[in-house]
Amino acid sequence: MSKRKFGLALSMVLAAGTILGACGTDKDKGDSSSKGDADKESFSIAMVTDTGGVDDKSFNQSAWKGIKEYGAAHDLKKGDGGFDYLQSSEAADYAPNLNKLVQREFDLIYGIGFLMKDAIEEIATQRKDTHFALVDEVSDLPNVASIMFKEQEGAFLAGVAAAKMTKSDKIGFVGGMKIPVIERFEAGFVAGVAAVKPDLEVDIQYTGDFAKAELGKAAANRMYSSGVDIIFHAAGGSGNGVFAEAKERKKADANANVWVIGVDSDQYEEGQVGDDNITLTSMLKRVDNAVKEVAELAAKGEFPGGEVKTFGLHDDGVALADSRGAIPEDVLAEIDEFAKKISEGEIEVPEFVKKK
Amino acid sequence: MSNRFINILVPVVSIILGLIVGAIVMVFSGYDPIKAYIALWNGIFGSPYAMGETIRQISPYILAGLAVAFAFRTGLFNIGVEGQLIVGWFAAAYIGMAVELPAIIHLPLALLAAAVAGALWGLIPGILKARFGVHEVIVTIMMNYIALHTVNALIKSISGGSYKTEKIHETASLRSEFLSNLTDFSTLHYGILVALAMVIVMWFILEKTKTGFELKSVGFNDQASQYAGMNVKKNIVLSMLISGAFAGLGGAMEALGTFGNIVSRSAFTGIGFDGIAVALLGANTPLGVVFGASLFGSLTYGAGNMPNEAGVPIEIVSIVIALIILFVASGYIIRVVLSKMSKKKEAK
Repeated sequence: MSKRKFGLALSMVLAAGTILGACGTDKDKGDSSSKGDADKESFSIAMVTDTGGVDDKSFNQSAWKGIKEYGAAHDLKKGDGGFDYLQSSEAADYAPNLNKLVQREFDLIYGIGFLMKDAIEEIATQRKDTHFALVDEVSDLPNVASIMFKEQEGAFLAGVAAAKMTKSDKIGFVGGMKIPVIERFEAGFVAGVAAVKPDLEVDIQYTGDFAKAELGKAAANRMYSSGVDIIFHAAGGSGNGVFAEAKERKKADANANVWVIGVDSDQYEEGQVGDDNITLTSMLKRVDNAVKEVAELAAKGEFPGGEVKTFGLHDDGVALADSRGAIPEDVLAEIDEFAKKISEGEIEVPEFVKKK
Repeated sequence: MSNRFINILVPVVSIILGLIVGAIVMVFSGYDPIKAYIALWNGIFGSPYAMGETIRQISPYILAGLAVAFAFRTGLFNIGVEGQLIVGWFAAAYIGMAVELPAIIHLPLALLAAAVAGALWGLIPGILKARFGVHEVIVTIMMNYIALHTVNALIKSISGGSYKTEKIHETASLRSEFLSNLTDFSTLHYGILVALAMVIVMWFILEKTKTGFELKSVGFNDQASQYAGMNVKKNIVLSMLISGAFAGLGGAMEALGTFGNIVSRSAFTGIGFDGIAVALLGANTPLGVVFGASLFGSLTYGAGNMPNEAGVPIEIVSIVIALIILFVASGYIIRVVLSKMSKKKEAK
């Protein structure tokens, strides 16, 4: 009895070994050939996500998209000497993840998100020969490039769109944590609304969290109930609650006039309710463009270390997404006009929220 | 098979079983388990850097495990380790940043502040339990939320509206040039020594003092202890106090060692909750906690190398690690199977 069991176990181990062995050699072959392509010539890049992960439908995902596009454009492969990412599940992972990528000798390493600042600065002081880039925060170290966005400019356009489209003359803004980045959204949005309808007051609420959809939903519920018809959210995952609330209202009453303006990436799909869609438009933050541009600069030997690269409307760093018919042509034309004025410097969008 | 042999065999068999089931999961999802396990091994022991980070990860787990285990020995289920750890983290970061003192006073003061903060956070559920019989599980869970959001508000107010505090002064830091050079710039710090010292402290209190005897006695049977003339209420409060102090020190590891400051969080750290598993794996004994924490800490840290070196996605890695821990935790089943097998043999 026990002998037979033993034999069975042995044969399974052997079988598994053969299968696994086959996998191993295959992978090895792939590796060696890819290493052959990627000589010292090619410029390799990698990124560390913050705790949002690489599929956060927000800036981590956008940054990874940029890195993949850079890789495709330069014929790089995922892995050593090409491009890659590491995901952080805890704040304690930031520094070790950055360090792992340094040890794998990537030429340029991105830290995505303002939370990475401390870790990037620590590793950058230790590894002076590696180049780093930090998104959404500023560092003075000579081997760190800082990538910032003029969120206020994109939010301004969202504000114009909202003010033009509102029927109840009530507009809402749902923010995540009250930090400088999100306040830029608020400041730009309020300014954009004021540029069209100076008397209109924006209902502003912060959820204090980027990952709690229920808080976003509660805020949206209060706003829609008080007559608000368009809400702009800059609240990451909490913003999904804003979408959920709007969709529920649309489902209950197909004629309900509720809209959401999405953030960071095109959130059109989030707003689909049957045949209707409650996404008015989305304010895009083109982390992908910024990531690509810094990589191109660095590959040419012009790495902007110690500098702050700011991406606004002018540099395709922010934009409004395709509204897919939700916004009529004449309003779009007006938005374009504002966009032109901003990118030519005719309108200066405020970066800070006015203190009341 | 002798009992002693089984005792050694059980954990080994459970880890191997966990690895095998994990491998099956990886094969089915199209990844190479051998490569992945080599990556796991390298992630834990592969380089001085990896070893440094692994030990760094183990330190707070030991303290969180001790906190849970200590309360458990008195029959209390302290789920509030998470909250006690967060207030300890804040207290240590604040003392480290706000005062300027020579290192010989500053560092112990910061550690003490963390322990006191954690102890106070543990004291409240302790008193409520002892005086009014409110179940400690409910109170400690709620205290976690209070800790999280109070600390977030405090961070904001002392940093002038920012989401993080300033870095602590060098004099309060557990980091050292020496350890950093030794381990190729890892974040290893002297916290592991603090953690191991606390292991000895817990062992000493429980095994060598009258108080420890009383605490354990209350854990076995509070009514019998009462009848024997022990002050049960006092022991419950004391147990939560000490448990909270351990947890607070766990927070100090993060404040004075790993991060050097505290950043406002939207969710719990998870270390306190993992502490429950660590304590149970270690059978609530001080030495057991060290083993439990080592297993947890090295798997948690080493797992990060599986996506890095073997390209296995982090989600699959989480499943594999959870399977290994699951099998280790269910060692009891393996023990039963093993003893049945040996009985059969004897019968033959």
